[in-house]
Amino acid sequence: MRAYYRVYLDLLWIFLKVGVLGFGGGPAYIPLIQREVVTNYRWMTDGEFSSVLAFANTLPGPISIKMAGFVGWKEGGCPGLVMALLFLISPSSLAMLLLFSTFSAYKDIPWVQGMGRGVIPVVAVMLGILVKGFLKNSTVDMGLLRTTGIFVLVIPVFLFSLVHPAIVIVLFILAALLLPVQSRRGKEPST
Amino acid sequence: MIYWQVFMAFFIPGIIGYGGAPAYIPLVEYEVVHRYGWMTAGEFGELLAFANTLPGPLITKMSGVIGYEIAGAAGALVGLASSIIPSMVLMIILLGIIYRLKDNPRVKRITSFVRPVVAAMLALMVYNYFINSFIDTGLYHTAGIALASFILLEKFKVQPPLIIITALLYGALFIR
Repeated sequence: MRAYYRVYLDLLWIFLKVGVLGFGGGPAYIPLIQREVVTNYRWMTDGEFSSVLAFANTLPGPISIKMAGFVGWKEGGCPGLVMALLFLISPSSLAMLLLFSTFSAYKDIPWVQGMGRGVIPVVAVMLGILVKGFLKNSTVDMGLLRTTGIFVLVIPVFLFSLVHPAIVIVLFILAALLLPVQSRRGKEPST
Repeated sequence: MIYWQVFMAFFIPGIIGYGGAPAYIPLVEYEVVHRYGWMTAGEFGELLAFANTLPGPLITKMSGVIGYEIAGAAGALVGLASSIIPSMVLMIILLGIIYRLKDNPRVKRITSFVRPVVAAMLALMVYNYFINSFIDTGLYHTAGIALASFILLEKFKVQPPLIIITALLYGALFIR
């Protein structure tokens, strides 16, 4: 009987730690989760963990949530899944709720408004760095010509809100699934 | 029906968000700022800044707060659930059925195909933030903060939360 609830406590503790210590998105979580699941608890081998990670990467959505949910589900079924996700998510979501509601409540005060304004250029730069990284990776994957081609072609679509962005992305997902797989220099996917 | 809208605002980005949190940001921004008009672009940017000062998954930090601002505590739960459920369901169901999917070259290249599209959406957000900041705050503050944070992030690899907190202080003291 002891082992029955023990696994839920383990899941709670693992993902509470990952949620509180994981700064900076996916690349920061994966090693944390791997250390707990493979090294400390021995629920999976290194090979199994890599396979699940590779599979998770073929699906949309945040990687930390997919991995936490899977580990919870594998070790403790549905309640395990809920346990893992609940403790991964709640500390940061609650802290965020508290922080942002407080900020919003005092937004009429000039210096609080100044805080909001001061931070916008930083966000712009952070997103700009993401763009740079995306374009660099994309160039490695599909070449400079196709990367620039797609980038330049889709900007007016979004700028003038011609269609919902989801439609554009679904077209590219379909192109990836349906276009023939060729050696490095393939056809341009349709936009 | 406000809960349905909150659900859709996070469900759609959840099923097409290839490339992790960075891909999710502009998709959610489209729904929240441009489609439903729940927030201004500036408020969304502030939210993004605060989210980056805390640990934990970015997506649920954003969906919880946005859901709460729009429709209270129930809205927060709907936002959280709709940002988790799509990828979770796919993961659990598909892993049993088509595990070999991970070696399929077509499936493996989805992220590469979607990446330049997401880059374009992010680039437009960057453009909008700079224009807004130029109008609200002026050229000198905008250029100064942008340049300083770029150098600190790229050259000195300073952690983003530190830079954001510094910018908050700078704004509180010097921007009116």
